[in-house]
Amino acid sequence: MVDLLFYVFAAVVLGGGLGVVLARSPVGSLLFMLATLFAMAGIFVLFEAHFLAAIQVMVYAGAIMVLFLFVIMLLNLGHDFRKDFTYGAGMIAAFAVAGLLAGLLARQLRGTGDHPLYAFFPGPEGMDALLAERGAVGAIAHPLFTDYVVAFELTGILLLMALVGAIAIAKQRV
Amino acid sequence: MLVEALVLSAILFVIGTAGVLIRRNAIIMFLCIELMLNAVNLSFVALSRYLGIEGQLYVFFVMTVAAAEAAVGLAIIIAIFRHYETVNVDNFNLLKW
Repeated sequence: MVDLLFYVFAAVVLGGGLGVVLARSPVGSLLFMLATLFAMAGIFVLFEAHFLAAIQVMVYAGAIMVLFLFVIMLLNLGHDFRKDFTYGAGMIAAFAVAGLLAGLLARQLRGTGDHPLYAFFPGPEGMDALLAERGAVGAIAHPLFTDYVVAFELTGILLLMALVGAIAIAKQRV
Repeated sequence: MLVEALVLSAILFVIGTAGVLIRRNAIIMFLCIELMLNAVNLSFVALSRYLGIEGQLYVFFVMTVAAAEAAVGLAIIIAIFRHYETVNVDNFNLLKW
């Protein structure tokens, strides 16, 4: 059942990803991206990352994609989308680079499933025990506010800087 | 399911890369970068099922940085559009050699 669900979600993710690249209008690309993000949240649930699935839907699909949608609708891009694609040599070069990357990743992926190093890590049983003890949010929150608290605070500063920077850049008169 | 997820993540990353290279619309290129970030998030989550909770923490940070990046990047696109009346990257070659 879980495997079947995984393959359904994976098909939606891949179809959405291809749709993002191939859709002609920007709004179409964005809607395909939304489908990808929702299916990705489903896969996160299958991997017992419930909190991440929730913020994937709320923050990514709900906030970031709506920001993209605002910008697409704010800018009057017209209806001539033919110039949005690279043709000819650029297209061939793009596929060559993508194929090269795919080959490199495939080479890295060989033998991933049964590496002897996995014996040193908690594994699914250890993760289940952790989730049962602390809950889906607590399991992330505990290390976030103890071991990684400096990174967490720095992220807050980064968000403030991004906020100020975005307003300063997008302002009408500088 | 781990290897399948990693393969899916690799394919999605390659699709995102191809999208950045093929599309000329700056907003779509941004979306493709988000696609690549999501592919990496997927492999983090899949591996965190086996290697501990840290992978999910990194995904949390990646999402935060992606939000900041989207805000600043879209602001830059708006500023560029105001100047050139287009978001087609073929028209922005000032910093290209």
